[in-house]
Amino acid sequence: MSILAVMEQRGGAWNRWSFETLAAARQFAAELDTTASAAILGQSIGHLAGELASRHLEKVYAVEHALLQDYTPDAYTIALRQLLEQANPSIVLFPHTYQVCDFLPKLAASLGKVAVSGAISHRVDHGQLVLTRQLFQGKVNADARFAGAAPHFASLQAGAYRADQPGPEGTPYPSAAVERFAPRISPGDIRTRPGDLFRESQQSVDLGAAEMIVAVGRGIQEAGNIPLIEKLARALGAELGASRPICDAGWLPNQRQVGSSGQTVAPKMYMAIGISGAIQHLVGMKASGTVVAINKDPDAPIFEVADYGIVGDLFEVVPALVEALQKPR
Amino acid sequence: MKIVVAIKQVPAGDSPWRIASSGKWIEEADLSYEINEPDAYALEAGLQLKEAHGGEVVALCAGPERVAQTIREALAKGADRAIHIVEDDPGALDPLVTARLLAAALHGEAPDLVLTGLESDDLGYGQTGAILAELLGLPHATIVMQVEKQDGGIRVRRELENGWSQHVEMPLPALLAIQSGFSKLRYATLMGIKKAKTKEVRRVMAADLGVAGPEGAPAASVIIDRLYLPQRTKRTQRFEGTPQQAAAQLVEKLRFEARVI
Repeated sequence: MSILAVMEQRGGAWNRWSFETLAAARQFAAELDTTASAAILGQSIGHLAGELASRHLEKVYAVEHALLQDYTPDAYTIALRQLLEQANPSIVLFPHTYQVCDFLPKLAASLGKVAVSGAISHRVDHGQLVLTRQLFQGKVNADARFAGAAPHFASLQAGAYRADQPGPEGTPYPSAAVERFAPRISPGDIRTRPGDLFRESQQSVDLGAAEMIVAVGRGIQEAGNIPLIEKLARALGAELGASRPICDAGWLPNQRQVGSSGQTVAPKMYMAIGISGAIQHLVGMKASGTVVAINKDPDAPIFEVADYGIVGDLFEVVPALVEALQKPR
Repeated sequence: MKIVVAIKQVPAGDSPWRIASSGKWIEEADLSYEINEPDAYALEAGLQLKEAHGGEVVALCAGPERVAQTIREALAKGADRAIHIVEDDPGALDPLVTARLLAAALHGEAPDLVLTGLESDDLGYGQTGAILAELLGLPHATIVMQVEKQDGGIRVRRELENGWSQHVEMPLPALLAIQSGFSKLRYATLMGIKKAKTKEVRRVMAADLGVAGPEGAPAASVIIDRLYLPQRTKRTQRFEGTPQQAAAQLVEKLRFEARVI
């Protein structure tokens, strides 16, 4: 048994969530009494592999090929299948990124398997790894365990593990051997043609710099009600943010979106109004100082990260809040 | 262009959640159901492509009898016909099993394009689309926000993290997993609702699809131990009373305890 963390890079820059996966791999390995290794895919990535060598891993695989320069699901699946055959890990961990969501299901299915996607925590039960993932948008948890022959696959939700936790005590591998792995891929294997990355519009709203954010979610019900929240934001001197559905519906511009597909923010105060708190949203705001939640559902996951909360109808609470803020002290 | 859109029926977002006595699924008795939101966008994408380039849209849905309602709604919005894979135990479906059923039901259909929503609001694996592409031997892209037809294929815009996007080109046939927010959703018209009643719904029994071979179903690689309601870890200070009283307490705390305003 051994554990392999598959790290993510683009254009030579790390996806920072990879380091959470790396820390988790080491932790799982310690608890399961086995070893952890890491792999990275790309072209000319020797320096990145070198960075991993000092991170208490058994081995670092640098999977290099000209056709891995730009990500495609076909090339990544082919390369990883070949690597898995050679490295033979029991458990393969990935950060739950957009890229991983694009190829991991295909990779696992090509081996007749399902990945446990978006795991948020784990425990070891009788020497077996049990992973917890969320169902029903965070309302229900499920404990899952692997069955059948290795390798098994899981991706870890961003923020579920700390990247900066130190390696386990007395770790046997102060310095890992970097092994170059050259997969066999031919241009004809790759059916999609990826273009360059671009940003639709210049970001004119920098929520990352805001001291206070008032964010609105589905609870607002319709576009015509947004001014109610704008009024509160003005009364507080806060920037306006939103959860994904609000931006999808076009009620607020995309650049105000907080969460895994929008901006990651950490203001002094974050007030979530009518936002249930799906993990994709929490990832983007849970580093905030003081979190306030206003929601009609007392069981909404947002209350899990809130310091202060009001369970109630936002259409009554928000005007009362504006009034209370405007009262002279 | 022949377009298949895989849609799923899921419990409505404000449903009461109770764990079934089996511990493996939720109590379905009190639930109301709706189309999975990302799938509504996939259907919209399919309908728009058909309007622009001609062809037909086939809605494909696996689930118990109750999903007939969601299929009717898809037909009312403009899908031309539907395939209902009758599977009575939705708790038993992992994305690989689901994708195997969907792939088997598409045998003989030879679509140019298969669309799915990016993920489901119930199980939330976010895998069925990419798995289905693998089973059907199709190129794919996920998190798709835009689709253009080109000579010999399509060009899509994929959403990446932090506001970045990327164009990806691929030949047809292909599979796309559509992201929520793809485009504004249409409503069914009265005429559409009326027409839906006459449209073809082909029913196939999951058990008849040959997904389980002579040796039985392929072994699952992930076993769900149990479902449970999460423990709330952080103690939130909650303010009670009238909205005015609660608001006043909150402002007081923000000023004098958290000192953020």
